[in-house]
Amino acid sequence: METGHRARTALRIGAWLRGRWVRLVSSAAISTQGLTKRFGSLTALDGVDLTVPAGVVFGLLGPNGAGKTTAIRILTTILRPSTGRAEVLGHDVVREPAVVRGLIGLAGQYAAVDPNLTGRENLRLIGRLTRLPRRRFRPRADELLERFGLAEAGDRTVRTYSGGMRRRLDVAAALVPHPPVLFLDEPTTGLDPASRLALWEMIRELVGTGTTVLLTTQYLEEADRLASRVAVISAGRLIADDEPARLKERLGNTVIELRMPDENRARQATGMIAQQLSRSPEREGAVLRITARDGSRLLLDILHLLDQHALTPRGVAVHESSLDDVFLALTGHRAEAADQEEPPSSAAGPDGAP
Amino acid sequence: MTAGEVTRQSAATRATGRARERLEAPVRDGLAVAWRNLVGLVRVPQLLVFSTIQPLVFVLMFRYVFGGVIGRSVVSVPYVDYLMPGIFVQTAVFGAMNTAIGLATDMQTGLMERFRSLPMSRSAVLSGRTLADLARNVFVVALMTAAGFAVGFRLHSSVAAFLAAVLLVMAFGFTMSWIFAVVGLWVGDPETAQAAAFPLLVPLVFASGAFIPVSTMPGWLQAFAQHQPVTRTAQAVRDLVLGTPAASDIWLALAWDAAIIAAFAPLGVWLYRRVV
Repeated sequence: METGHRARTALRIGAWLRGRWVRLVSSAAISTQGLTKRFGSLTALDGVDLTVPAGVVFGLLGPNGAGKTTAIRILTTILRPSTGRAEVLGHDVVREPAVVRGLIGLAGQYAAVDPNLTGRENLRLIGRLTRLPRRRFRPRADELLERFGLAEAGDRTVRTYSGGMRRRLDVAAALVPHPPVLFLDEPTTGLDPASRLALWEMIRELVGTGTTVLLTTQYLEEADRLASRVAVISAGRLIADDEPARLKERLGNTVIELRMPDENRARQATGMIAQQLSRSPEREGAVLRITARDGSRLLLDILHLLDQHALTPRGVAVHESSLDDVFLALTGHRAEAADQEEPPSSAAGPDGAP
Repeated sequence: MTAGEVTRQSAATRATGRARERLEAPVRDGLAVAWRNLVGLVRVPQLLVFSTIQPLVFVLMFRYVFGGVIGRSVVSVPYVDYLMPGIFVQTAVFGAMNTAIGLATDMQTGLMERFRSLPMSRSAVLSGRTLADLARNVFVVALMTAAGFAVGFRLHSSVAAFLAAVLLVMAFGFTMSWIFAVVGLWVGDPETAQAAAFPLLVPLVFASGAFIPVSTMPGWLQAFAQHQPVTRTAQAVRDLVLGTPAASDIWLALAWDAAIIAAFAPLGVWLYRRVV
């Protein structure tokens, strides 16, 4: 047993050394300690501690008004925190704002581009203002227009662009100076599915080249597809900080909604599902909601069970967990301000969608 | 590229030519933003056209509506010659409203937020705006001059004196832009900026010696009208155009410009750093 013991010790020392080494080499790209922002009597951020490792996509989830944008504004030096600290690549955002600005790119919630300039002119302006030499920002602008599918529209004024085109140009503008840390504040809100996929692809590519991305979103799916770590923020407080897979494990990723003809039958169905399928549906009037990881299997079982008892739902809807569902699971109450922009991914019945 | 490398790289870039950078950056960034604002002006010509029609209407109104009443008994020269310097100054003041509207629009569209996240000079958004509005003023005043000559305005002095008068008007318009920059940053949306600017503009322009001598006003108003910057500038411009002795009036006008910019430029930059 002597050799086994020695091997275990060696392994333990190795792991310890690796841990030190990792901490030494890859310092956090973004870190905050006790970050707090008050606007008068409103506390927008309340003691947030975040650590974003370098070279990953970090998802910051939360409903409207949760404090996501306030956090981004502080990290991009636009707002000063009331108390607490925030650092980007080791530089304090309050004491060294100019250094931080040289390391970041920001694409905001609404497309912050000049409608009177062309796409190309917008990107060149950013290049000039970020102190790139002309011989570098001119080809950079062309390259980004190409990458974001705006090459043909590049010489048209942005006024003529569609919402999705503006949004893409906004993200392109943030990328002009090759920032090592990129902040994307709800980059895909209002984008059509194709543009959304293209942007996701772009974000993955960036992270492949070592960029750190802090992404805020209202969509769990987006965070799930992109982020290696997700923090959930509600009313200014951090209520979860984990890998997306583990978050989903905690709450399941499919939501089944059954609309029963009346409250009485809804109560009946709830009892039945609880007894026979050992699930605990959440009931609101005549509507049952069940969150599960095995959604389609469960749906079949439920419909089968209800059919056996001659209970026919008036409508059935199945959708992927939304942020709203994450909230329900994490906090026990609905996120009041959460938007319901996306319809359920599949719906059946005459009034299937709630 | 690790975080450490990036930091080291940018530290090296920062170290080289930091002093030169500090002098050049505000100018270069200000010019870049001014270029952007002027492109916008050219691409939305309606704005320029309508803001040019307004002072033209004033020229015609004052020249032909009041021109008959205000004769030699009130002013010692033909009224049109008395009027035009006032019109120039009024044009510059009204033009400054653009500064407020432009900055407020940038705040509303989120462009201001992007600028504030960039490693550019903190004064550039404001100086770029005021410089663009200055360039616009040059154009509008040139047009007013042509309109003035068309309705009978004549120089009593030299071309050099007239050019000095135009420079004074430009300096005053630039000065007023800084006041309205503060207004625009303060209110943060273009409609409110316009509404907030108007009650500020009207007493400045009309309770002044821009269109009529202040001596006809009641005593309490005269005290204000006599000394306020629009009157002082209009008087200096008039001196230059009419060929009357001008030195002390010019110094007074320039003193107003300097004092206002000294107060409002830092206030504007301070606001720019704080507003969202």
